[in-house]
Amino acid sequence: MRIALFATCLADTLFPEAAKATVRLLERLGHEVVFPLEQTCCGQMHVNTGYQREALPLVRRYVSVFGGFDVIVAPSGSCVGSIRHQHETVAARAGERGLAERARDVGSRTYELSELLVDVLGVEDVGAYYPHRVTYHPTCHSLRTTRVGDKPLRLLRRVRGLQLVDLPAAEQCCGFGGTFALKNAETSTAMLADKISGILSTGARVCTAGDVSCLMHIGGGLSRRGADVRTVHLAEILAATEAP
Amino acid sequence: MTTFLGMPATAPRGVGQLRGDRTFPQAAHAALGDAQLRRNLRHATATIRSRSGRVIAELPDWQQLRAAGSALKADVMARLPQLLQQLEARVSEAGGVVHWAADAHEANAIVTDLVRRTGSDRVIKVKSMATQEIGLNEALEAAGITPVETDLAELIVQLGDDRPSHILVPAIHRNRSEIRDIFRRSMPGVDPDLTDDPPVLAAAARKYLRETFLSTTVAVSGANFAVAETGTLAVVESEGNGRMCLTLPDTLITVMGLEKVVPTWADLEVFLQLLPRSSTGERMNPYTSMWTGVTPGDGPQNFHLVLLDNGRSAVLADPVGRQALHCIRCSACLNVCPVYERTGGHAYGSVYPGPIGAVLSPQLTGVADNASLPYASSLCGACFDACPVKIDIPSLLVHLRNRAPHPRAERAMMRAAAYLMDRPRAYARAQRAAKLARIAGRRGRGLPPPLSGWTAGRDLPPLPEQTFRDWWARRARAAEEA
Ligand code: SF4
Repeated sequence: MRIALFATCLADTLFPEAAKATVRLLERLGHEVVFPLEQTCCGQMHVNTGYQREALPLVRRYVSVFGGFDVIVAPSGSCVGSIRHQHETVAARAGERGLAERARDVGSRTYELSELLVDVLGVEDVGAYYPHRVTYHPTCHSLRTTRVGDKPLRLLRRVRGLQLVDLPAAEQCCGFGGTFALKNAETSTAMLADKISGILSTGARVCTAGDVSCLMHIGGGLSRRGADVRTVHLAEILAATEAP
Repeated sequence: MTTFLGMPATAPRGVGQLRGDRTFPQAAHAALGDAQLRRNLRHATATIRSRSGRVIAELPDWQQLRAAGSALKADVMARLPQLLQQLEARVSEAGGVVHWAADAHEANAIVTDLVRRTGSDRVIKVKSMATQEIGLNEALEAAGITPVETDLAELIVQLGDDRPSHILVPAIHRNRSEIRDIFRRSMPGVDPDLTDDPPVLAAAARKYLRETFLSTTVAVSGANFAVAETGTLAVVESEGNGRMCLTLPDTLITVMGLEKVVPTWADLEVFLQLLPRSSTGERMNPYTSMWTGVTPGDGPQNFHLVLLDNGRSAVLADPVGRQALHCIRCSACLNVCPVYERTGGHAYGSVYPGPIGAVLSPQLTGVADNASLPYASSLCGACFDACPVKIDIPSLLVHLRNRAPHPRAERAMMRAAAYLMDRPRAYARAQRAAKLARIAGRRGRGLPPPLSGWTAGRDLPPLPEQTFRDWWARRARAAEEA
């Protein structure tokens, strides 16, 4: 299958490994990955901070860059949630009805990585090997906006060598929330502290999730605590095949 | 609605409790430093959450019930003026008197005047968010009338000279030794050797309240629901103190937000299932009191219904925002909110705390007066999933943020970012420049504002050698050459 990759601005700039892993994984499964260079950002930060007018060109850009593809994937439950649920609203609010319709259409063809694998490509065993003790944090937007459900867990359970350990209070927010972490830094830090205690209590060496944004937050907190736990995007685990 | 002049007015300043005097981050700062408060809150919300989750799981049709509740509320909002007129007609036919209050000032004046005319200088009160919203107790006190709260938790808050911090459990921030101290200090006629044993505390409150019930002739209540087709008012509660207020006095004055009307008696069956399971985690609330006008020789002989607007018409006028009026004040959204759990209710500066408060307060006052509240959320969405009438609180927050006044520097930054992100080549150059800037600087432990909030508690990730975009381009070139 020919699959267009939306890398997301954050993965492109700060966490290229997540996007590279997505490419490697899909190519290993026999698919062709296309990366349109005109892409930049889905505009979620603007929308969620209250700048819908500023987000409008980014919605238009997303629709025009990806409108020609049947299947689009992003290694981010959060950006996919925004594309599916906010793009149409932003366009409609600006009175651009045609754009709103196209945004909804492109949104319906945009998948989060675990959805693409399980629902579209029909695979749960991606042939990965990752011999580590891992805990999974279901990020809020993957869980409650994009509704990926237990698909990431189903994929992780089929990874050879991987020991999956349950995260206590897994479904509680890590406190990131985009600009929330800046505007309400203290509250965000208090939420993060509890998330980190949960992660440390599992004894896992790796914390994974489907969003680099939350992983950046959790990883920043773990690093500040001097904890010996790494944050790794789900795509990197699924792409891993190294021998022991 | 009869006073509607085409310009929806927001709740007035200087009266009632919808505006805090600090922003959310400022007010949260104190709460976050209070370890006792955080323990109290975590324990209480976790207890209610698990009880509620258990009884909700018993109902196979919970999602259909939520959908029904949501649809009923949408219908009510679509024809609110007619339903209110119908309610007014039925209440009047049944011997009640209906008053319309455009805002807090009017509502307080109406109630104060009604109490004065009875000659009583004391009223007993059933727990009511609406009267807190308008600051009725303060208005009554200013008029020389003593309001006595009869809900146990409200009483604790009143005697402690405190403010409620939860919709349903107003004293959630207090533990029992604090409550004992409050009773000892402020409850008239209390045993000075009171212990902090819960039954002992409850008995002390009961004794005090019984005396008050039997000697007070006027009661002020709120209402959970009002049935338009019959003119029936309903109050649901757990303690039974409300029922005493509703039945013993001669005069009953009910203050009700005008969104609380439902079309028919049959609609109650949906809400009376949704509300207790979501709020207290009970299958059914212990006391449901309903009354229709007056009945000669039985119960209050004078009944007044004050229909309160106080900004609600303004909320109704916003087709997106109006779903906040669907709220049945169950407090489920508070109990699942990770922000509320850590900051407590006082941080929201309004009688409506938690996720629903973060949207409703700014809607009632105008967003500019409560501009920090729509940002008091990480948009995690737990509130939306918990809400028994499916209010999409995260989308409402985003909607209000779009209307909030923005700091100048932030606006400039957002505009610049959007400009760049709409120009892929310049964007790619900026990505590389950002990397150079970081290599030149120290390893991210102290960024300038507004980014300093990040480095206060977290490290920055190390920058990658290469952006994904550059990796991809290089790979494509290599493939071409090969
Ligand atoms: S918004 Fe929903 S969950 Fe929150 S108090 Fe209102 S009805 Fe309950």
